[in-house]
Parts: sequence; C-alpha cells; structure tokens
Amino acid sequence: MTDATANSPQPKSSLLTVSPRVKQRNAAEARFKMYGIAAVMTGLVFLVILLATILFNGVGAFQQTFIEVPVYLDAAKLDKKGERNIDDIKKVSTFGYTPLIENAIFAAVEENVDNNPLTASKETKALISASAAAQVRDVVIANPEMIGETVDFRILAASRVDGYLKGRVTRDSIARDKNIDAVHLDIVDQLRAKGIVKREFNWAFITGADASESRPEQAGMGVSMLGSLFMMLVVLVLSLPIGVAASIYLEEFAPQNKWTDLIEVNISNLAAVPSIVFGILGLAVFIQFAGLPQSAPLVGGLVLTLMTLPTIIISTRASLKSVPPSIRDAALGLGASKMQSVFHHVLPLAMPGILTGTIIGLAQALGETAPLLLIGMVGYIASNYPTGPIAGFMDPNSAMPAQIYEWAKRADPAYYERAWGGIIILLVFLITMNIIAIILRRRFERRW
Amino acid sequence: MPPLWLVLIVLALGVVGYVLGRQKAMTSADGDSRHLHSLPVYYGTNVSLFVVLPALLVMVCWLIVQPILINNSVAGQIPASAIPDSGTLGLVMSDVRRVADGLDLAVSQGAMTGAEAGALQAGATDVRQLLADVGVALGSDVTETTLSAAQSFRSKSATGNLVMTVVVLALAVAGFVYSYGRTNKDFRARNVVEKVIRGILILAASIAILTTVGIVLSLVFNTIEFFKLYPAADFFFGTTWSPSFGGGSELGVLPLLWGTLYISVIALAVAVPIGLFAAIYLSEYAGPKARGIAKPLIEVLAGIPTIVYGLFALLTVGPLLVNTFGDGGALGVDWMSGASSVTTAGLVMGIMLIPFVSSLSDDIINAVPQAMRDGSFGLGATKSETVKQVVLPAALPGIVGAILLAASRAIGETMIVVLGAGAAARLSMNPLEAMTTVTAKIVSQLTGDADFASPEALVAFALGMTLFVMTLGLNVLALYIVRKYREQYE
Repeated sequence: MTDATANSPQPKSSLLTVSPRVKQRNAAEARFKMYGIAAVMTGLVFLVILLATILFNGVGAFQQTFIEVPVYLDAAKLDKKGERNIDDIKKVSTFGYTPLIENAIFAAVEENVDNNPLTASKETKALISASAAAQVRDVVIANPEMIGETVDFRILAASRVDGYLKGRVTRDSIARDKNIDAVHLDIVDQLRAKGIVKREFNWAFITGADASESRPEQAGMGVSMLGSLFMMLVVLVLSLPIGVAASIYLEEFAPQNKWTDLIEVNISNLAAVPSIVFGILGLAVFIQFAGLPQSAPLVGGLVLTLMTLPTIIISTRASLKSVPPSIRDAALGLGASKMQSVFHHVLPLAMPGILTGTIIGLAQALGETAPLLLIGMVGYIASNYPTGPIAGFMDPNSAMPAQIYEWAKRADPAYYERAWGGIIILLVFLITMNIIAIILRRRFERRW
Repeated sequence: MPPLWLVLIVLALGVVGYVLGRQKAMTSADGDSRHLHSLPVYYGTNVSLFVVLPALLVMVCWLIVQPILINNSVAGQIPASAIPDSGTLGLVMSDVRRVADGLDLAVSQGAMTGAEAGALQAGATDVRQLLADVGVALGSDVTETTLSAAQSFRSKSATGNLVMTVVVLALAVAGFVYSYGRTNKDFRARNVVEKVIRGILILAASIAILTTVGIVLSLVFNTIEFFKLYPAADFFFGTTWSPSFGGGSELGVLPLLWGTLYISVIALAVAVPIGLFAAIYLSEYAGPKARGIAKPLIEVLAGIPTIVYGLFALLTVGPLLVNTFGDGGALGVDWMSGASSVTTAGLVMGIMLIPFVSSLSDDIINAVPQAMRDGSFGLGATKSETVKQVVLPAALPGIVGAILLAASRAIGETMIVVLGAGAAARLSMNPLEAMTTVTAKIVSQLTGDADFASPEALVAFALGMTLFVMTLGLNVLALYIVRKYREQYE
C-alpha cells in the first residue's frame, strides 16, 4: 500500500490547486446557472413589460376631457309654442341643440382667449363631441323647466381635443387632419389655463355604452360588462352542477369499463381542443341547428360552458380525490348508503376546492374571445342596455373581450386607448376572481 | 301558454308532490318514521322526481323538435315560383318567421285579435305598415304566399304549443298518480331516488361525450357539404388562397398551413428555451423562497387572456419591429412594410407559451427521483452535468410531451394571429412578411355576411376539421408519451 502510494506519479491536481479541466467544468456550471437565471428573468421582464404597456396605454381611457360652459337654452328654439309641452320639446332634434352649444362655446372663447381667432360660432364644432347635443337634449327633456335659462353644462370634448391633452394628438399629427387645426389647439391651451377645459375621471367609460366609429370619446364598457355578466351567469348555473355531477360519477361511482375510459379520454382531450373549435360548434349547433339568436349572451354562455366544463371537472375530481377514504368508510360504517356518504360527507369537504376550481374556470371563460367572434358577438355595436333579465340573455350584446377586439379593429387611434383601458377593466375582474380563489383555498383548504 | 309558465307550474306540482308524498308515507307508518323503509325525505323526493323529470324531459324534446317539424311542413307549402331568383328558400322562410312573429306581437299588443290575424289578406291590408306600427320592420312588402305561410306557421305553432301543454301537464299528473300510489311504509323510496340520481350523474358525465360528438358532427357534415361544392384535392393541395364571395374562389389550404406552422415554430423557438431553462433553474437551483416568488409570477403570464396578447402584438410589438426593421428604422434596412408579420405573432405567442412549457417541464423534472441525482453527485458530477446527463435524459419523454402540448396550443391559438399576423395568405420564407393562419381564416370566413351555403363560408368548417384533427393528433400523442414515461418511475 505505502509502496504503491510512494511510487505513484505526482497527482495532476490537488484540492488546493485547480486544474484547467475543473476550471472549465466550473465555468460551464456557472454559465448553465446563468442561462437559467436569464430565462427566469426574461419571463419576468416580459410580464413587467406587458403589464407596464397595458397600464401606460390604458390609464388614459379613465380620464376624459370636458368643457364646462354655461349654455343658454333658448326658448325660441327649443319650445317654439312656449307651452312647455313635453311632446313639443321632444320634437326638437339634436340639430336644434347644436347651435346653442356652439354659441356657448364661442362665447367662452370670446371671453377667455385673447384676440379670438374664430370668426363664427360654427367653427367651435371641432372642439365638442358629436354626442354633446344629445347629452344636452336628454337633460332638457328630463327637466323641461330649464328652458329659457342659462345652465352650466359639462360637455364632452371632441376626441382630438382629448387626444391633444393626453399627448396622442400633436400639432404635427394634425397637419393633414380636416377635423381640427392648430388654431383650435391654441384655443384649447388657453381655455385649459382658465379651467374651462378640464380632464376628469371618466365614469362613462366604466358604465357607458359603446358608440359609433366616429365618436370614440363617448364609448364605454358598461353594456358589454353586462353582456359578460349574463354570460357568466349562464356558465356558472350550467357548468357548476353539471361539472360536479360528472366528477362525482367518474370519481365515486363509475365502474372500470370501456365507457368510463372513453369519457375520461374525452374530457382530457376536450380540455386541449382549441377554443375556436368550440365557436364552430356553437355556430353550427346552437345558432344554425337550434335557431337560437345570434350575438345573444345565452349562446355565448352555452359555448363557454362546454369549454370550461373539462377544466371544472378536472379540478373537482382532484379535490374529491383529496378527501381521504376514511371519511367514506366511516359514513358507510354508520349505515349510510354510498350516495349519502358522498353527498353528506365527501362533497361538503371537497367544496372549497371545487369552488376554487370553478372560479378559475370562470375567469378563463371571462377572458375568452375566439369562440365569441364566431357566434356574432363582434361587429355588433352594444349601444343599448338590456331592458330586463330575459332581454339580457336573449338580446344581442357584446362581451368585454369582444368589445376590446372590436375597438382594436377600428381605424381611429383614439379607440386603441379605449381597448387598453378595457383590458385594464378585464384584468381587474380576473385578478379579483383569482384572489378570491386563492383566499378560499387558503382559508378553507384542509390538509389530511 | 309560454314555456316559462309551464315550467313553473310543473315545478309547483313537484313541490306539492313532495309534501303529499312525505305526508302519505308518514301516515302509513302511523307518524313514526322508524317504521319507514327510508327516511321521510326520500318519499317526498321520489314523488316530486316522478312529477318533474318526465314532464320536463318531454317538454325540452318537444321544444327542440316542434320548430323543425313546423318549418319543414310550412316550407313544403311554399311553391318554387314564390322564391325569387336571387334568394333561397331559407330567406323566404326567415321572412315567413318574421311576419309570424310580427303578427304574434300585434296580437299581444292588442293591435288586432287573434282571429283577425288569421284572416288577414295581403291584398286588402298593408301588412308591412301594420307590423311596422307594432315595431317589426320588414325589408319588403309582404306577398300573399308569405302571409299565408306565416298564418299557417302561426296556427301550427299554436296547435303544437297547446298539445305540448296538455301532454306535459298530463305527464306530470300521471307521474304523480303513479308514484303517489306506490308510496307506503314498505316502499323502498331511497333505492329508487338514488337510482334516479345516479342516472342524472351518468347523464352529466356523458355531456363530455356529447360535446365531442357535437363538434365532430358539426364539422363533418359541413365539411362534406363543402367538398360537394369544392373538390377535396384542390383544398388539400392547392397553393393559392383567394376567396371571393362572387364565386371563382381558390381555396387551397397549403398557404394557411404554412403560415400556421411558421408562426408556431417561431413561437416554440421563443418559448421552449426560455421555458425549459426557467423550469430547470426553478426546480434544480432556486431556493424555496425564489421559487415561491418566481413560479407564480411566470404563471401569471398563462392567466392573461389571449386578447391582451393580441393587442400587445398589434399595437406594441408590431410597431416596434417596424421601427427596427422597417423603412427608416433603427437598422436602416427596409425589410418590413407593415406591423403585422409572422415574427410579430410568433414572438408574442412565444411569450404566452413560456409558462405553459415551464410549468409542465417543472412538474416532469420534479418527478425524476432524487436518487438519480444523488448517484450522479456521488460520482463527482457538477449540478449542470447532472442536469444535462441524468435529469434531462430521464425527463425527456415528458418534456417532449409538454412541447407537443405547447405546439398544439400554438396551432390552435386565434386572437394573437387574428390581430398580429395579418390577413394575406402566402407561401413565403420571409419571417417579416404578413401571413395568415388556419384559425385567422376560420374567423374571417365565418364573420362576414356570407351565405352559409356558399363554399366560401363552408370552407371554414373544413379548416376547422383540419385544425381539430391536427391538435387532436398532437394531444393524443403527447398524452401517450407523458403517460408512458410516468409508468417508468412509479
């Protein structure tokens, strides 16, 4: 032994001196680790960029520019007979109101802008939204006694004025724009300094209806939110009971046979079928075959139900499986039937897990767009609130993601801001649902 | 009677049945539930199930079948001469239904009586004006054939509804009589109720099968319809995609498949390295704390709806790429003309797939037994050598499965390509050019105003079929590989 050690050649390396090969291996090790860190960081950076882009571009939609002016509601124009008869007042269309508003703005410009560059009140048209007349008309019809008085109104500014205050529209970009010119922007600057043109929080974006292509300043998410709400009600009411029933059968009762295998393979495959295929199914079965109305939240809800069922079944089965067999055995031992043991003992214990899975499934369904395109929820301008619960399910409506898509397709860049803003609202809903799911899991989850 | 009322009546009968059934069982046991075979609840439930279930089942079937039957019989009444040259039977029928609905509305608003609506003559009254008054706008004047068809449609629907009401109520009462008659203290109510509930559970589980059957049937029938109008060989091997709704379209699927695969390859080229290295780092290197923060954050990417990624591609990534590669861009090369391109969609889709690849691979890497790592360390391997030479080869089948699943996601993804990839179908190698995919074309062919019977609309079903078969194949293969791999270590 000693001889062998003594005679052996000098070792090439020791623990104290690092050989080139070890150096190389350590370098490879460090490099490999760096790749991993870089990959994780890239993922996180993408997430940050994505969220930052959404916030940066979307926050603008929650602010809107208004012009605060006193409008003289000329009795000679709005109620020619002077009887304050509501039917006569209603006969005056928005065309009757436009000059009054233009006059009011012109007066404000006259008063607040040094050497007024405008010559006629008509030229103020570029500053106000096309919806302003309708806005004033609605107020007058609701309060006919206002006619003949001068009333302060907060009038929606045109989308280009709004864009100018938000930096979307610049003096360069309007060089070839026939709707507005630099003179108007000068006026806006001065009016803003005087506090007549203001940027305020835009409630109408959250509660309002969609508007036509030419007036992005008026468009809001409210109606499509209701569409999504009705769709989610359908999804919840159908997918929770069906999903739970299917999972109970597969997990607790199903015998091991071909039929059960077929169902299981089917469910795992359905979970991976592209969502657009569910849209084709909805179009062919619910609309063409069953004759349900196009664009209706009911149809959207049915399609999304079929799409979320596999998700809910998979998570429900997992939570049923996590209930220990001793619970079932104890129930059976006390004389309960199999059905009683499941419904009285296993199901209540699995409920938190089931609810968590359902909420996550609903959140997925809420953000899904592709199937909605095929059943006609896009291209429809959701400008009216549903009149009642039944109309809410059956009348054409949009949904939040479909509304966002619709805005993204429109030509006016002002609508892009709305689309980003819509995404913020959608994400707020998704985050809320996920947080509820996490809290439910933390609060009620039991470890056996 | 409106269906909603009928449902409510049947449900009310069910409640009454519950109370009576329970009462009868208790009376038969002299008020002592110990003499009953089952708990009193089951006797009540038994009766109400027998009242409600058959009645509602028949009602649902009736509501589905009746419109189809009436439609067919009324359509048979319309002579071929009444169909305008430019229209189809379907258009005439939709007119008929509109007029019929309008008449119903007029009657319900009190504009006329039911008898008047049945006796209307197109020549004598201006039906269009009449319906416009109650709020139904018609595109053209109502012809005599349409009106009489609408009237027969109405009378048949009315008869059908009446018969349905009678049948449903009769079934509910019959169910009550039968089950109430059977109720006594020795009746095994629990066994019956549990059998029914079990049947309901089986039915719910079968919905998954029904969905698949529905998907396959709706795809197959319309695809066959399409291949009757357009030769299958031209569809599968055609290299031009130029639909024109005027006719004379060329509908070759190859450019679409090429676009789909090109975008998917770019997406996987982004997602697989990043996702795989992230998974390796998180499972082999990161401490529990870093893992607890980074893993959920990366998975947030998976929870973001695809419409958000689509908008990100259209409005952020696309313009960024144009500013880099486009005319007058940062690189000074003019390679890119529009914001939508294969790269735009591919990059963004890659970001979307990162969490998909990383969390699936993470699970698989974690499933590799610790003993294998310990053995490798014991032989003096470094961590990276262990990962490369022991862990990854052991996890390879699972990782391949994960990548295949990600590929199937990429092929089926719709919103990103609709917004980010462009609309032009071409066979080109340039990754900065706009191309289109199968999913994007399904959307564009089915969201227009096309007639559903034209090959230009039906082609969407053939595309859907292609997509379904491709993704299904990938999924089955992936699940097979993953399952086979799992068996090795358990």
